[in-house]
Amino acid sequence: MTAPFAIDLRNAETFPTRRVEDWKWSDLRKFLRAAPEPSPALAVAPGGPFAALGGEEIAFGNGRDSAGASEVGYVARGRETLRLRFVTDASGTGHQARATVEVEAGAALLLLETYEGSGSAYVANAGLSLKLGKGARLTRIVLLDDQADALSISAAEVALSEGAVFEQTVLASGARLQRHETRVAHPGHGASVRLDGLYVLGGERHADLTTVVEHAGVGGETRQLTKGVVSGRARGVFQGRIVVAHGADKTDARMGHHALILSDRAEVDAKPELEIYADDVACAHGNTIGALDENALFYARARGIPEPEARAMLTEAFLGEVLDRIEDERVREFARGWLGARLEALS
Amino acid sequence: MTMLSIQNLHVSVADKPIIKGLSLDVPAGEVHAVMGPNGAGKSTLSYTLAGRGGYEATGGSVDYLGEDLLALEPNERASKGVFLSFQYPLEIPGVPALTFVRTALNAQRKARGEGELSAPEFLKLVKQKAKDLRIDFEMLKRPLNVGFSGGEKKRMEVLQMAILEPRLLILDETDSGLDIDALRIVSDGVNALRAPDRAMLVITHYQRLLDYIKPDRVHVLVAGRIVDSGGPELALELERSGYDKYLAEAA
Repeated sequence: MTAPFAIDLRNAETFPTRRVEDWKWSDLRKFLRAAPEPSPALAVAPGGPFAALGGEEIAFGNGRDSAGASEVGYVARGRETLRLRFVTDASGTGHQARATVEVEAGAALLLLETYEGSGSAYVANAGLSLKLGKGARLTRIVLLDDQADALSISAAEVALSEGAVFEQTVLASGARLQRHETRVAHPGHGASVRLDGLYVLGGERHADLTTVVEHAGVGGETRQLTKGVVSGRARGVFQGRIVVAHGADKTDARMGHHALILSDRAEVDAKPELEIYADDVACAHGNTIGALDENALFYARARGIPEPEARAMLTEAFLGEVLDRIEDERVREFARGWLGARLEALS
Repeated sequence: MTMLSIQNLHVSVADKPIIKGLSLDVPAGEVHAVMGPNGAGKSTLSYTLAGRGGYEATGGSVDYLGEDLLALEPNERASKGVFLSFQYPLEIPGVPALTFVRTALNAQRKARGEGELSAPEFLKLVKQKAKDLRIDFEMLKRPLNVGFSGGEKKRMEVLQMAILEPRLLILDETDSGLDIDALRIVSDGVNALRAPDRAMLVITHYQRLLDYIKPDRVHVLVAGRIVDSGGPELALELERSGYDKYLAEAA
């Protein structure tokens, strides 16, 4: 069973405006007033950014898989790797696709989810339903590479069973509007969640990382670290909400969002929220937005490192903390390479 | 040969004059101490020589090996051999000490048209220098200065000196925050760098450091000017009588 798309590209009435609280910094209706023309069929060659990591592949080309389906399901029963690719090559048209991924009790899945956009001014919408059985482990890496004038939306519902481990790292480089949303139903009872994100935005790009974690049971753990850097006229949005329901005692949740602003015209909007209805919980959030430390910059220059190199070194070090938390070394190295290339493109 | 020649230097910070007509010559091979009370302009002098933003030279000149030092960017000064040892070395989160030092060394070598040092060559060099300074090599894998004690930070400064091999060392209050053991290790490290083609400017409030790093000349800096100069005995005299005599004259 999958929930319907919250946003359905076929129905303009489902497009939120900034008057919807959760969309106040990402006004979809401003850019999309009517349902877009459907995108043409697209055949996708196997591979993608994570081809070297092997595993199974499911690829959507403009919203359809090779059999023409726009909904695909996958069940992981052992230790598996799945490359789930949302490939777009379209201009001025729109498409959507949905995937349901289940990790059975005791199984482990490395989900490498990529958004590979080419063309221009397309609208891409993805919906995911992720389900983890008892003691299952899902490591989800999301790579968002869209065109600067694209509208790209991805929303996932994640349901954990007791003792399950869900780890997520989102790498975002923005679009005209790029929204990545994760909603986690956290049962507590030994289940743990890591929800990390990284955004590197230049030009007029916009990325919105929104997460909601609802702790319903006793003794759940959530760790969240999002970092970002914005330059030019870019805009980064972070919305993180952690809800601890009545009775979800001994919940341990920590949320951090830290951003660097490299230009006067760039912007970061952040809304960290903790809603706590239980007793005896350990919850904390931290949020900082600022410029590079000028003292550290001078120190590096005084040791002979030219300013652009010193800035890049300090910026990369700042953001790298998010990547250090990725356990899989191959994925971590890939992410470092991605970050390096994105930072180079900024300067 | 004069390595550093400062003539009638005036420096303002946020439009406030701090250095007011300072002149000083440091020949190659010599160690010169600049002593002075709080607020005399000691840190302003060291930051001006290193090229920190916000320290504006409004008059005078600084000649370093025949070049106008003030016209150079901080990193250019470094690659030409100027090294400022910071009173409070900065913490650099996320950058391992090894990475930082290697980046600095290779940036300097590149600026001088020399090739980069290979990873094995660099590691060999660092291991030897770290051993001399009794720095645990494992510490160099940690982010530079993050969580280091005052003594460890100063030893990291000396390690960087030893690896970068500058021509002109400026030590800004290097003794602050050091116990006697750390002071001895740091001073030994600095003394090991004494050489005929290298000069040192030791900036300090207290005479204590000069028991370990023996100066050839001592200058007294009060209210932005050098008001007295002499041999090492001047430092001892200052220790006994303090700066009151000069402060009265300056006022």
